Amino acid sequence: MVLSPADKTNVKAVWDKIGTNGAAYGTEALDRMFLSFPTTKTYFPHFDLSHGSAQVQGHGKKVADALANAAAHVDDLPGALSTLSDLHAHKLRVDPVNFKLLSHCLLVTLAAHHPAEFTPAVHASLDKFLASVSTVLTSKYR
Amino acid sequence: MVHLSDGEKNAISTAWGKVNAAEIGAESLGRLLVVYPWTQRFFDAFGDLSSASAVMGNDKVKAHGKKVIDSFSNGLKHLDNLKGTFASLSELHCDKLHVDPENFKLLGNMIVIVMAHHLGKDFTPEAQAAFQKVVAGVANALSHKYH
Repeated sequence: MVLSPADKTNVKAVWDKIGTNGAAYGTEALDRMFLSFPTTKTYFPHFDLSHGSAQVQGHGKKVADALANAAAHVDDLPGALSTLSDLHAHKLRVDPVNFKLLSHCLLVTLAAHHPAEFTPAVHASLDKFLASVSTVLTSKYR
Repeated sequence: MVHLSDGEKNAISTAWGKVNAAEIGAESLGRLLVVYPWTQRFFDAFGDLSSASAVMGNDKVKAHGKKVIDSFSNGLKHLDNLKGTFASLSELHCDKLHVDPENFKLLGNMIVIVMAHHLGKDFTPEAQAAFQKVVAGVANALSHKYH
């Protein structure tokens, strides 16, 4: 799967629109994921996962910042995400199925907050972008 | 069988009551065909699916989306017996339509995304979680008779 020039343009435009809301959206996506897909909580036994949790907010910001970085370096995702890729492979070892679950919740969050921008074509580009990020993050698993 | 609390059942009927089902159906099917173009394999007879706007404007896509969502709506009234409700549709999708059940999961998630698109903040994490249970239950019921 390859990101076309149009996909890259769409992704950058969305991230510009997200602006400073990244951390809030990251947190909301995590909240949605923990509620809809309770198995994802197994990776956070050390967290308070209740709504409004400072730990979830901190983690939501982390995820959002990483995605913003990826969007800014969409021409070289393996390079931009190399450290995170190592981390997920050797330390976190999050089962690959979970990246789809978080990606889905990120799409739900963006659709809810930016209905005008979330056209079918942009939706497709975002889905491909998140899938590409997920592929890079799991690329060193074995 | 989908296990939903009273709160969850409420969230579902509240959310469903706020949307136009036919629109949700058309949008969801359209977006499925745009975001996952390989799903177009089942719809050779639908005419022009060559671009996002062609897909979303296609009358056959809209009509089929309505058919699908009417069935889904019916499922919402029989959450305690989804397998029974979708038994013959399951056989049809296996024996006649030859649809990989993975597609039911894809479409279910599209319905969730389109609900969020239409309802914005009103599609709370709790409402989403309830809907995720429903679409998973429907996908499961539709694959139940596969052999």
